[in-house]
Amino acid sequence: MKYRQARWDEPLIFELAPNQDRETFQLGDDYFAKLGKEVLAEVARNIVREEDPNIPNLSEPEVVRHYTRLTQMSYGIDVGVVPLGSCTMKYNPKVCEDLANDDRITYAHPYMSEEHLQGLLEILYTLQEWLAELTGMDICSLHPPAGAAGELAGVLIIREHLQDKGYTYKDEILIPESAHGTNPASAAMAGFKVVRIPTDERGNTDLNALKAAVSERTAGIMLTNPSTLGLFEEKITEISDLIHSKGGLLYYDGANLNGILGIARPGDMGFDIIHLNLHKTFAAPHGGGGPGAGALCVKRELADYMPKPLVRREGGRYYLDYNVRKSIGRITWFYGNIVPAMKSFIYLMMLGPKVREVAEVAVLNTNYFMKKIKELPGVDLIYGRERWRKHEVVISFEGLHRKTGVSAEDVAKALLDRGIHAPTIYFPLTVPEAHMVELTESESKETIDEVISAYKDIVRQAYEDPNKLKEAPRNTSVGRLDALRANHPRTLVPTYKYVKRNVGR
Amino acid sequence: MPHYWIPNSSRKVRQEMLRETGVNDIEEFFKDIPEQLRLKRELRVGFGRPLLEHEARRKFLEILSKNKFTGFADTHRVFLGGGVCVHYVPSVVKAIVSRAEFYTAYTPYQPEINQGILQAFFEYQSLMAELYGVDIVNASMYNVSTAAAEAVRMALRVKRGRKRILIASSAHPEIKEVIRTWVKGLNARLEEIPYGREDGELDINALHSKLSNDVAAVYVESPNFFGIIERKLCDIIELAHDVGGLAIVNANPLSLGIFKAPGDLGADIVVGDAQPLGVGLNYGGPSAGILGIQDRRELLRQLPGRLVGMTKTVDGSENGFMLILQTREQHIRRERATSNITTNSGLEAIAAAVYVSLLGAKGLRRLGEALLGRTTYFLETLRKRSVEATPLFEKGLYFREVTISFKGKDAKDVVSQLERHGIYVGPPLSRFYDAMHDCSLLCLTELHSKEDIDELVSKLALVLGGEAR
Repeated sequence: MKYRQARWDEPLIFELAPNQDRETFQLGDDYFAKLGKEVLAEVARNIVREEDPNIPNLSEPEVVRHYTRLTQMSYGIDVGVVPLGSCTMKYNPKVCEDLANDDRITYAHPYMSEEHLQGLLEILYTLQEWLAELTGMDICSLHPPAGAAGELAGVLIIREHLQDKGYTYKDEILIPESAHGTNPASAAMAGFKVVRIPTDERGNTDLNALKAAVSERTAGIMLTNPSTLGLFEEKITEISDLIHSKGGLLYYDGANLNGILGIARPGDMGFDIIHLNLHKTFAAPHGGGGPGAGALCVKRELADYMPKPLVRREGGRYYLDYNVRKSIGRITWFYGNIVPAMKSFIYLMMLGPKVREVAEVAVLNTNYFMKKIKELPGVDLIYGRERWRKHEVVISFEGLHRKTGVSAEDVAKALLDRGIHAPTIYFPLTVPEAHMVELTESESKETIDEVISAYKDIVRQAYEDPNKLKEAPRNTSVGRLDALRANHPRTLVPTYKYVKRNVGR
Repeated sequence: MPHYWIPNSSRKVRQEMLRETGVNDIEEFFKDIPEQLRLKRELRVGFGRPLLEHEARRKFLEILSKNKFTGFADTHRVFLGGGVCVHYVPSVVKAIVSRAEFYTAYTPYQPEINQGILQAFFEYQSLMAELYGVDIVNASMYNVSTAAAEAVRMALRVKRGRKRILIASSAHPEIKEVIRTWVKGLNARLEEIPYGREDGELDINALHSKLSNDVAAVYVESPNFFGIIERKLCDIIELAHDVGGLAIVNANPLSLGIFKAPGDLGADIVVGDAQPLGVGLNYGGPSAGILGIQDRRELLRQLPGRLVGMTKTVDGSENGFMLILQTREQHIRRERATSNITTNSGLEAIAAAVYVSLLGAKGLRRLGEALLGRTTYFLETLRKRSVEATPLFEKGLYFREVTISFKGKDAKDVVSQLERHGIYVGPPLSRFYDAMHDCSLLCLTELHSKEDIDELVSKLALVLGGEAR
C-alpha cells in the first residue's frame, strides 16, 4: 500500500510568530481584571509575578492551524490499523464520543449533591453491574483512573486483607515473567517482593516452577489470562487451588480480556480481584496515552476493602457510599474517570448480550493472521507453536535477524512506511526480536491481508536487500530518530527551555 | 451475531476465514479453556438486546435527564469549590481534542508516525514548565492527587533513609487521603503542619519545630484547600531546604499568571491540576496531573511517568520528538520502576496546551486578575450588605475560592436552602472537619458575572439575614 504522511515543517508554538504580540483569547473581563490589579498592587512584591511567563501571545486562527497540522502528523485507529499487542486498539464508536461530550457531564461538579445528578450516578452504577456480570465478580468500582491504578488498589487490598488475617509474613507476589511490566511495578509499590515464574514450552505458567516457588510467604499471584503470548492458561484451576491452599489471593490483570469476553470469566476461574481497562476492551479511546479508566472488581469477601467511595443504589436512589469498613482508602480524589465510563456504557448498551461476538472475531482475526505469518522464513512463535491464540500473538524475528541482520525494530519501521502502525515490539521480554500483534474485531479481512502482505514483502526484502530496510521509515513525517541523542544527558531536551539553552551553547 | 462495528462478523467472511485458517468451527479456538469454565449462557449485559444507535441515544439521554443539573446553562449559578470549580471550556480546545488523529491514537511508541502528537506533548511539557518555573514537566499524571502522591513517593526515594513527610494541614483532604494510600507500602510517616487561625496560612513556627534532618519533603498548596494564597511560600521552601529536605508545591495553574511560580521560588517538585485549563469538570475526572521538577540528576532519575524529548533524525538532518528516559518506566524496569503508571492523561494534557496557547501569557494574566477581582468583590459585597456570613480567615488572601463561615448556622442546612433557591454552594466543610460544621467553600470564576455574584449575595442574605439589595 502507498502511504505518504503529512510533512509540515511546523515550528514549536514558541516560534510560530516570534516577537509578535497579538490580541489573545479572553476570559478575563475588564471590570474584575481592574479590581484584581488593584488588589495585587497591595500584595507583597515577593509573591507577585512581575515578568510574564514565556508563553506566546497568538491569535485564535494561528493556534487552531498549528494544532490541526500536528494532528495531520499523527496516527490513530481512525487513520489505520494499530495492531499494538495488549493495547486492544479497537474502533471507538462516534456515538460514544458524541454523547459523552454532553454539557451535563463536562460541567458536572464532583461536590454537587447526589440529588441533582441521579442520572449520571445511575449510568455509573449500571455499568458497574454489567462489568460484574461480564467478569463473574461480585462488586465493581469505577474508582481507579487507569489500569495501573487499579492494580495498585488491588495489591493494597491483598496486603490489608492478609494483615487482618494476621498473615504479616506473607510478603511475596508471584508473577509470570511474560506479565505486563505494571504487575511487578504495582506489587513493589505496595511493598511486596516479586518472585518471577517462568513460562513452559506450551506457553503456560510453568506449574512445577510455580509449585516450587509457592510457600507460606506467598501473598498471591498476578496473572493475565489469556497471557501476553495470547495463550489461555490451561492449568488455571490448579493454579487457583494451589495459591488458595496457601492462603494467597489471585489477581487478574484485565488488559487482555478481549480474547475471552463472553466466553469465560475470571471470576469463575478463581480470581479474587481483577482490574479492567475500559479504554481497551470497552472501546473508550486511548487519547494518545490517556485518559484511561480502570474498573476494579472483587469477590464478596473483599468488598469491605474497596477504595472509597462506592456508587450504590438503595430504593431506586443512587448515592456515594463512604462507609466502606476496611477500605484501603482513596486511590484518586473524587470518583474516577467518568467520561470513558460513559463511553463504555454506551458501547455495552449497543452490543448487549451479543458481546461475545467481539471475542470470537478478535480471536478469529488473530489466528487467521498467525496461520499465514508463521510460514514466513525466519519467523517463529517460540511458545506453544501448535496452539491457537486468543486476542493476540507474539512472533519472533530472531531467525531473520540472525540471517539478515534485520531486527524487529527494522521490520516495525518498514511497516510504518506501508501505512501500518507497528505492533508492540521487544515485548514480552522472554521472546527475542518480538512483535506482539493484536488485530481486534474492528479489522476487516482485507486489512489483515494487507498487514500479512506487508510482512511478506518486508521479509522478502530483508533477504534481498537488508540495508534498504535500515533506512526505513521514509514515508512518515520524519525519518528514523536518534534515540541515543534523545536520551544522552548532554543532549537531553525535555522542554523548550533546553532548546534556548542549547542555542546559546 | 453480525454487527456493523465488526467487519468480519458477517457469516460469509467468517466462514471464509475459518476455512483458510483450517478450522471448521470457531469453538476450536477455545478448546484449551477447561470445559467447566466455558460460559454456556448469554451475558446479562445491556437492555435485553443490542440497541441501535438512535435507540441507545434515546436511552442514554433519558437516563441523563434524571439529572436536575442541566449543564452549561446552569453554570452561572454553580459556586461549588473544593479543589475544582466551573471554568469555561473554549470551543477551540474541544475542537482540537475531538480530532480523531489525536484521540484515537495510542501512546506514541512509534515516534516517526506520531510526530504531531509528540510535539503537542512536548509543547504541553514546555508550556507548563514556563508557567510553574521549573525545567522539566512530564507528559502528565492522572490528576493532581496522584501527582502529589507520586511526588511524595519520589521524595522518599531521592532522600533515601529519611522517612518523614510534612504535609500542610490546609491541603485538600482528599489529596491527603490519596497520599496516605499511595505510601502504604513504604515505611513512611506523614505528619501535618497546622495553619494560622487568622490568615489560614501554614504556621511557620510549627513547621520550624517539626523540621529535622529526617524529613524527606514538605508538601504545601497555594492556594490551599481554603482558597488561601501562601504568602510565605518562599520561607517555607527555604526552611525545608535548611534541613536538606525537598519542597513540593501544589499550585493552581490559573493563579500563576499573577503570582510567582513555585519553581522560581525554589520548589524542587511542583504539582498542579490541569482541570481549569479547558479540561472541564467531568464530575471529577478525567483531568491531568501536572508534575514538574528542577534540572537535577537525582530528581530526573526518580521522575515517574512518560517524558517526551526533542532529538534529531539519525542522519542529523531534521528535528523530531520521541519518548525518552524510558528505562525509568515499568515496561522495562518492572519492579524497580519509578512507578507503575502507563496510561496517563495525554488528551487532557493536549487540552491544557491548547488552552494555554490560546490565552497566551496576556490572557492568563488577565484571567488571574479577573479571578482575584471576583473574590475581592464578593467579600466586599457581603460586608457592605451586612450578610450574616464572614470569611473564616479574616486576614487571608483568597484566590478563586473562599471559606465562608455562617456564624454558627449549620452549613449543610444553608447549602441545601440555597440549592432550593437554585444556587449551588459548597462543599460544606463538615464533610471533612467536624469542627467546621458552620463553614463552607465557595468558588467564583469567569463564568460568574457581577450580576451573578450580586444574586448569590442576595440569596445568602435571604437565607442568613442581611440586606437583600
